Amino acid sequence: MFKIVEKTVLNPSVIKIKLDAPLIAKKALPGQFIIFRIDEYGERVPLTIADYDREGGTITLIFQIVGRSTQRLATLEEGDAILDLVGPLGVATEIPEDAKSVCVIGGGVGCAIAYPQAKYLYNKGLQVDVIAGFRNKEIVILEDEFNKCSHNFYICTDDGSYGKKGFVTNALQEQIDAGKKYDVVIAIGPIPMMKFVSKVTKPYNIPTIVSLNPIMIDGTGMCGGCRVTVGGKIKYACVDGPDFDGHQVDFDELMRRGGTYREQEHECRMENYKNS
Amino acid sequence: MAKANMALTKVPMPERDPKERATCFEEVAIGYTSEMAQEEATRCLGCKAMPCVNGCPVGVKIPNFISKIASGEFEEAYDIIKTTNSLPAVCGRVCPQESQCEGKCVRGKKGEPVAIGRLERFAADYVRANGGKKTAKAEFNGHKVAVVGGGPAGLTCAGDLARLGYQVTIFEAFQAAGGVLMYGIPEFRLPKQIVQEEISQLKEMGVEIQPNMVIGKILSVDELIEDGYEAVFVGSGAGLPRFMGIPGEALVGVCSANEYLTRINLMKGYLSEYDTPVIRSKAVAVVGGGNVAMDAARSALRMGAEHVYIVYRRSEAEMPARLEEVHHAKQEGVEFLTLNNPVEIIGDENGRVCGMKCIRMELGEPDESGRRRPVAVEGSEYVLDVDTVIMSIGTSPNPLIRSTTKGLEANKHGCLVVDEDTMKTTKDAVYAGGDAVTGAATVILAMGAGKKAAKSIDEYIKSKG
Repeated sequence: MFKIVEKTVLNPSVIKIKLDAPLIAKKALPGQFIIFRIDEYGERVPLTIADYDREGGTITLIFQIVGRSTQRLATLEEGDAILDLVGPLGVATEIPEDAKSVCVIGGGVGCAIAYPQAKYLYNKGLQVDVIAGFRNKEIVILEDEFNKCSHNFYICTDDGSYGKKGFVTNALQEQIDAGKKYDVVIAIGPIPMMKFVSKVTKPYNIPTIVSLNPIMIDGTGMCGGCRVTVGGKIKYACVDGPDFDGHQVDFDELMRRGGTYREQEHECRMENYKNS
Repeated sequence: MAKANMALTKVPMPERDPKERATCFEEVAIGYTSEMAQEEATRCLGCKAMPCVNGCPVGVKIPNFISKIASGEFEEAYDIIKTTNSLPAVCGRVCPQESQCEGKCVRGKKGEPVAIGRLERFAADYVRANGGKKTAKAEFNGHKVAVVGGGPAGLTCAGDLARLGYQVTIFEAFQAAGGVLMYGIPEFRLPKQIVQEEISQLKEMGVEIQPNMVIGKILSVDELIEDGYEAVFVGSGAGLPRFMGIPGEALVGVCSANEYLTRINLMKGYLSEYDTPVIRSKAVAVVGGGNVAMDAARSALRMGAEHVYIVYRRSEAEMPARLEEVHHAKQEGVEFLTLNNPVEIIGDENGRVCGMKCIRMELGEPDESGRRRPVAVEGSEYVLDVDTVIMSIGTSPNPLIRSTTKGLEANKHGCLVVDEDTMKTTKDAVYAGGDAVTGAATVILAMGAGKKAAKSIDEYIKSKG
């Protein structure tokens, strides 16, 4: 059993929990993920590790309530425990050794994963710009945290209710147009966001790393559920990723496959609704 | 000994009706009664040369246990099996006996061989139904061994070492030990309760099982050795599923047999109280002709598909699946499209599978495997009306251990290189066996490898003094 030692509601649908998991905390690196299962009846769900504390023996997860499992996870409180937690899985983010300036882009709850990247690179002494995008002011998360681990921090909202109006791609383009030179762009968020960030950086040949979160069961290279086409070849997000070259990923295919169980998820939610 | 029963055929195995069983996950083969078992046991001639034992990868003393069944001493029969086999209820159900023990049985020369598998199962089931048997814990010999992977190879290796007094820890990546016995082979062939009961006997013997531990990630093999494990056995199993590389494999509705079966078996997707989503299909094509393909096809029927096809590029004679599995699949209504090869999976405007284009094949000259090579019949393409495609064309070994352990060599297929007599890898104190070494094979071969490795590990640790 893995105990929840801290819980914070970041916005109405995004929750942060700290779990007691000393062995995972000891090894985790930015970009890696875990798979959790709440109880005997739960699904195995992959989530990227948002933070870790090697001394304290905890890892932090930040998740959005999207389906039955995250809904159930959200009902747990400090002191409660989940049955299974396995990790750290996947390959840690690798950025070119000579990179000096990086732009970390987070979209929505993807900021939860962009944050440890920014923190890690900032602490390593790189020049870090962060662009964080949200639908509106109500769902802005991690503003203070990003401020502390970036040299320039740009917030934008789709509706202009906070920060600059527009998408992260507009903000990125503005920086590039203003003459900013980035050695690497790391983009983490909804699939369309990662797709369009990669489109923006392509003409400038800026290496662009995206972090994928496809359907997955075991996380160790057995089920093949997480296969994605990268540069025309089948890759497995669990053992080859979850980070890939954004200029090579077939995002449209990824988006389609992500919807495989959407109808069943929907049925689940309807049932919950009826029972509530 | 009583006069031998010279009946040419085995006492038939009672089975659930095909129509009934195709709609539920209850076990298909019901098992012998005591009377049936005793009657079948008297067909054994008790040959002095014991050819059957030579056919068994774990060396079960077959004529000895069968004679105990014949005389009604069922617990004694079980004890004899358990001295060499940690998982008799599992082996009695899933071993390919026809190509092993039963394949060597003298009675098979004229008529059917003795039903060794069914008798092994009977002895194990009898003891379990009668309250089970406490397994004694051997005295600790002061040495620790780590086993990576809780599948058939690892469980067998752990059981044999525990019997010798070693403190064994199994590190399992999933939430429950069992490997393919839990995630792959369906409930209707191998009830999970039985697997867990045989595993709990290993625990009684002192074997510790740590679930959710992916070695190579949370701990490396070297760290295990630093932690005081004097030897490590790697039984990490088969890994990445193969796909064909044809257009359309990324459509929604295409998955590997591993994924499909894991959702249903390990994650119990067939039970409504579990949250696991499983693809709901009207018509399913399972590509491949092995046991895993049969399991996937029969599971798809039980999940409610109206049509389930096995699509296999060779003819039925070349199918690697056990005859019994093919027979059961047909009885239940799986349709066999042999000498058919998929060339493209077709999707609708939403990117979902709506058909699979196949081409008919004919058999040509034998290829390097000795089987006649299938050759496409030009212009014979047609579209099979399906909404789900399950790929069951094999796997390649799991890359996690070899990519994170220095000194561990693998061949070009990614299989760990071992000395076949000792199962020792190219790294000191590290042994390996099962699918991680052979690529996808059978449960019992993996068990045989685990057994061999246990013996070598014991010799290695004792030789260190």
